[in-house]
Amino acid sequence: RRLCILKGIYPHEPKHKKKVNKGSTAPRTFYLLKDIKFLLHEPIVNKFREYKVFVRKLRKAYGKSEWGTVERLKDNKPTYKLDHIVKERYPTFVDALRDLDDALSMCFLFSTFPRTGKCHVQTIQLCRRLAVEFQNYVIASRSLRKVFLSIKGIYYQAEVLGQPITWITPYAFAHDHPTDVDYRVMATFTEFYTTLLGFVNFRLYQSLNLLYPPKIDSQAEDELKPAEGKEYAMDSESYLERLSALSASLARAVAPTHEDEVEMDEFPVEGETAELMDAKKKEQEALEKHKKLFEGLRFFLSREVPREPLAFVIRCFGGQVSWDKSLCIGATYEATDPSITHHIIDRPRLDKQVVGRYYLQPQWVFDSVNAKLCLPVADYFPGVLLPPHLSPFVTEKEGDYVPPEKLKLLALQRGENPEEESEEEEEEEEEEEEGDNDKEEEEEDESEKEEEMKLQKMEEQKMEEQKTQSNKVLPVKVTAGKVRVEDKQRLEQEQQSEEKRLAIMMMKKREKYLYKKIMFGKKRKIREANKLAEKRKAHDAALKEQKKKNKKARQA
Amino acid sequence: PRIPWDPPPSPHPFPGVFPFQDIRNTVGNIPMEWYQDFPHIGYDLDGKRIYKPLRSKDELDLFLEKMENPEYWRTVQDRQTGADVALSDEQLELVRRLQRGHFGDVNFDPYEPSVDFFSHEVRIHPVTNRPADKRSFIPSLVEKEKVSKLVHAIKMGWIQPRKPKENVPTFYDLWAREDPNSVLGRHKMHVPAPKLPLPGHAESYNPPPEFLLTPEEKLAWEQQEPAERRLSFIPQKFPSLRAVPAYSRFIHERFERCLDLYLCPRQRKMRVNVDPEDLIPKLPRPRDLQPFPTTQALIYRGHSSLVRTLSVSPSGQWLVSGSDDGTVRFWEVSTARCLRTIPVGSVVKSVAWNPNPSICLVAVAVDEQVLLVNPGLGDRLLVAATDQLLDSWEAPEEERIQPVRWIPASPEERGKGIRLLVQHSKPVMQVPWHGKGDYWASVVRNPGSRQVLIHQSSRRWSQDPFRKSPGMIQCVQFHPLRPYFLVASQRSVRIYNLLRQELTKKLQSNCQWISSMAVHPGGDNVICGSYDSKLAWFDLDLSTRPYRLLR
Repeated sequence: RRLCILKGIYPHEPKHKKKVNKGSTAPRTFYLLKDIKFLLHEPIVNKFREYKVFVRKLRKAYGKSEWGTVERLKDNKPTYKLDHIVKERYPTFVDALRDLDDALSMCFLFSTFPRTGKCHVQTIQLCRRLAVEFQNYVIASRSLRKVFLSIKGIYYQAEVLGQPITWITPYAFAHDHPTDVDYRVMATFTEFYTTLLGFVNFRLYQSLNLLYPPKIDSQAEDELKPAEGKEYAMDSESYLERLSALSASLARAVAPTHEDEVEMDEFPVEGETAELMDAKKKEQEALEKHKKLFEGLRFFLSREVPREPLAFVIRCFGGQVSWDKSLCIGATYEATDPSITHHIIDRPRLDKQVVGRYYLQPQWVFDSVNAKLCLPVADYFPGVLLPPHLSPFVTEKEGDYVPPEKLKLLALQRGENPEEESEEEEEEEEEEEEGDNDKEEEEEDESEKEEEMKLQKMEEQKMEEQKTQSNKVLPVKVTAGKVRVEDKQRLEQEQQSEEKRLAIMMMKKREKYLYKKIMFGKKRKIREANKLAEKRKAHDAALKEQKKKNKKARQA
Repeated sequence: PRIPWDPPPSPHPFPGVFPFQDIRNTVGNIPMEWYQDFPHIGYDLDGKRIYKPLRSKDELDLFLEKMENPEYWRTVQDRQTGADVALSDEQLELVRRLQRGHFGDVNFDPYEPSVDFFSHEVRIHPVTNRPADKRSFIPSLVEKEKVSKLVHAIKMGWIQPRKPKENVPTFYDLWAREDPNSVLGRHKMHVPAPKLPLPGHAESYNPPPEFLLTPEEKLAWEQQEPAERRLSFIPQKFPSLRAVPAYSRFIHERFERCLDLYLCPRQRKMRVNVDPEDLIPKLPRPRDLQPFPTTQALIYRGHSSLVRTLSVSPSGQWLVSGSDDGTVRFWEVSTARCLRTIPVGSVVKSVAWNPNPSICLVAVAVDEQVLLVNPGLGDRLLVAATDQLLDSWEAPEEERIQPVRWIPASPEERGKGIRLLVQHSKPVMQVPWHGKGDYWASVVRNPGSRQVLIHQSSRRWSQDPFRKSPGMIQCVQFHPLRPYFLVASQRSVRIYNLLRQELTKKLQSNCQWISSMAVHPGGDNVICGSYDSKLAWFDLDLSTRPYRLLR
């Protein structure tokens, strides 16, 4: 099993389950014979055997309390390496990057485990180190793209060599370790993942001309030292801590040559490709802009906000960040520094406010990153009811439900700033806007409703019209022409639907099944979207009433 | 018998206190409860019983004693003798010391300064007087042996110094010489693990209000099986980031992902990515398929009950229909006029117009009879020729045994148009004609044998073509061009060659129960209707399976 995990062998679903299983249909897992033979040839199998023997000898020596033997055995502890397996599983570097999601999530999870119990301390330390190294790389390369605060943890998405890498970190709380989880399996996975991540980190650092293992830039180090004092010895532990503080830039193996700006080589291009190139160029510019989102801004983190994710995100987009000196090492400036532009705070209110900086809730940072622009700060003042935090991973297709906040955001991105007016007007405007949005949605929804439904409606309408007409007009005598024209339309539609029905009837069985399934899925999607829209409408209505009541109460 | 003097260890808590007491009770160190139910408490040295002292004190006496006796508090019952003993002052003192955890002996001092026998100070005199051994002066042979063995092993290279641990960097550039084309064969088949789906708006710590669940939805969510839930969590809204707790199932989810990675069979599934509109076949528009009847032109009124069967004359001018009201009616097609009505007296199962245009004859199946009717419509010459043809028969010299009886019609019937009656043994279901107009067949509902008969009307001659019956026969047809005879049994259609008298083909209809069959006049296509509302269309040139199955 351990071998399967390390080698990435997975079971296969046989084509003829009954034949393979000798007639019975009981659920069993099937591996390819080829895979198992492949496992047998693995040199690491022998290492595993050696290790098993070692453990047996050690136990025996302990049992006989022959401490000399124990010492000797421990000295000769057999070790194994997974390098060749990594190389074999990921023949190219891009393959490895593609599979990095799980490795990162696992490492970040293990690095938050307590140092006791569940698994070896070395593993946890290694995980922590690798995770910090990767974070530092992301900062140095500014490759973070999206952040999402979910109830499960924080999702990050970085783009490394064109591969999107998504990972999740848990919130920094102690875990209550579940009993029905086999930690040995997780540890085996982690063993492989740490090896993989180590090599990937090495390669990534190399690609940026950074030293590996990472060193803090000497300039920054000099800056840091006086502030830090002499309490911290320069042992490895505190060095790692400093690294994990993420505040200092890393030393480069080769001195940076004045920010060699990546300029795309201009080729003489013709017609169509020129447009493509233009689009690409625009994209590139937008990306550059996104990377420098927080450039020149100085942040200060209050002690109640989660330091690590915020510092990571802010540093990723070029901002400078500091925190209370007693909170963690690596603080670069004090809270009283007048050059601070944004103060991230998560309390209902603050007693002493310094003039000249924004006091903001942490969600502003994440929302700004996702929106690719610095959002207006008014919604994020401390104590204010926050606007919803939307997932940046969702790209709405046609027919999906789009929350109104997203629409607003899109409008902002397009550069249509809502006019700044007095508060009440703004409120009204907002309401109106929302109303408009709702209407639009409704229209969309209607357009997407089933044709038959529409037809039925039309028919009903027409029937009603006819009825009313006939009721009204009977004594007046109507010319028959009008009715006929309408009839024609209706007939046409009827005929079309009839044709469609016939055609559906004539489909092959398999295709009909497929068609029905697709249509069912579509209908369900529409239904869900409608449901969400309705809920939103009800909620907004309730909110409005509440506001009105409040106003009345205030007036009275 | 004398009991040997063996003073039992006294159960009394203080054995040493009564040195002068003669131990009279000889029961030994046993639980005294054993004597609870006896009047005696043990035996004395002479083997006589020791009786329990009388205890006739009741509560009142006890109380009085407690009040009056100043020694009461120090009185103890000797369990061995049963007598009350008042403790002396020394004994009391002992009890107290023991209760405090001190030594019983007053004079014992537990905290005396200890005197080491072997002290750290070097004395001038040895502790023991024993002279040193000789072996402490000469080198040990055993050790020498061991050392020499080790030296020998080192010389021979058996023992080697421990290798210093190599200081290889744990991580290096693994993909330094990567070759994008050097993908193993195994990896071509490799299915990379699918990535986890990315989170949606509902997973946010502060989602838009419409994504929160209403109480009913929450209840439904809780009642669902964990595997059935569309969301693996309940969306929650927190007012600020500091209020967000740790997710309790985080480790679970990672673990499940691990399990998925190494225990789930992976499969490449081709996602059908089609526009549903493309699936709908493009049918020709009905307008392009015209002409086909769009309006009702004529109604042939006259029958008073179910019309079971009808047939059109080869010239196309006449129509004959048989019905449950026991009549056969002849109509003119173009005017819907009923020209003749022939009462036959019973339900008409089948009518068939002779396909030969030079013969004007209709076969009518009524109960167990088949009537050959000359309707007398159309060209007089034709009618007359038909009559002549039927009447020209002469009885053969020797009567042959026939499965049916041919009866010439009586004058009365002749007046109605009936020319011949063919009497079968069982009800006749169907009467199809051969294309030449001389032969016709009849299907008899007669399970077992003789279900199909072939008749020749000019010679008034019938025969049974099959020696044994091929199952339940539903209907038969003559091939319009070739000498084939098609027989539809319950599931299949057999084609017999009448000339060679052998089975040519067997068509499998894939239907449950064939109800009817028709052959295209070209002779290549056969269509079969069945009771499970299917139409099987066979192309005889292609295969014995239906070319298409229509519903």
